[in-house]
Amino acid sequence: MATLLINNQSHPVPSSAERPDALWLKTVTLEATTGWTLKPEGVCRDEVCVPLPHGREAEFVNSDSFNIAAFARYMGQPVLHDHPSQSWAIGEAAESRASALRSLHAPDFTLPDMAGVEHSLSDYRGRKVFLVSWASW
Amino acid sequence: MWQRLYEEVGALGFVPITVAFDSAGVAAARPWIESAKSTYPSLIDTGHLVAELYGMVNVPIGVWINEQGRIVRPPESAGASDGFREMDQKTFKMPEEAMASSRAAKRAYIEGLKDWARRGDESPWALSESEVLRGFQPPSNEHALAATNFAMGLHLFAQVNAAAAQPYFAEAQHLHPENWSYKRQAWALDDPAKAGGPEFWSAVEALGDKPYYAPIEMPTR
Repeated sequence: MATLLINNQSHPVPSSAERPDALWLKTVTLEATTGWTLKPEGVCRDEVCVPLPHGREAEFVNSDSFNIAAFARYMGQPVLHDHPSQSWAIGEAAESRASALRSLHAPDFTLPDMAGVEHSLSDYRGRKVFLVSWASW
Repeated sequence: MWQRLYEEVGALGFVPITVAFDSAGVAAARPWIESAKSTYPSLIDTGHLVAELYGMVNVPIGVWINEQGRIVRPPESAGASDGFREMDQKTFKMPEEAMASSRAAKRAYIEGLKDWARRGDESPWALSESEVLRGFQPPSNEHALAATNFAMGLHLFAQVNAAAAQPYFAEAQHLHPENWSYKRQAWALDDPAKAGGPEFWSAVEALGDKPYYAPIEMPTR
């Protein structure tokens, strides 16, 4: 098995030794792993549907699988493959982070405290939040 | 240090949320959180997610978010200033003048937070949209690739070993040299003493005239 890091989560995925630049996921598992689903209008997540480039569909889709590595590259997302450990990392595109910040709308997140209780920034809407980083190092 | 502030102005609808950029997780952060005796949320961010979402490249970095969830101050030093660079690296002593200016910067920042807690968007510390936008450094493609390398490095460090992680940490640092968290977290995972050791000091010295903590935008109105 290989590992895919995406959307700040880690998922076991089938290894794809024959093509080191391609990561084919079964389309039935695509949404749970990546948030994307295949629809007649394109590849969709939330309200956004991305049509696949005309004539290049075979790079992305075959009978029952979807090449998430090729699609992420097409979307401008960084894609890394560590061959020895069979690990993939798909990051966020710079533009998507930048446009989120330009909106000035504080990006939401959910993180645990020391007891493992999860807190979301949005739980504190209605208050003035002073979000501050620190580290033990 | 934020607990006293919270006790003083928390009733005005103000809350600190601290986020520990600590890939070693609760084990690394616990002693500090316990000694702070905090009653506000103290969160653990092993993947440095908040750093990436907000473009925070160091600690302590603060972002101010108003009641509607709008950012009113961009990522900036949360009261820390460059006085520490004058510290004697053997005795850890700072010249009196540097200590005084460090204290003044911290005091001004905390007074700013209190003013904002009281007056909200009416406070001169709450910046206008264009001022906030000016303070952002939007991520470049190199920064996005650096973040992905860093995530891969953290994964390999946890699941394989330090040697497997090292090239990815090095690439993240190369692609985003202004990001101190990439450097210091990788050093700390290697050896906790390293994050504040000779590697750290020589990297700080290599800044030359450039700031480690850039001065923050103070109110003018």
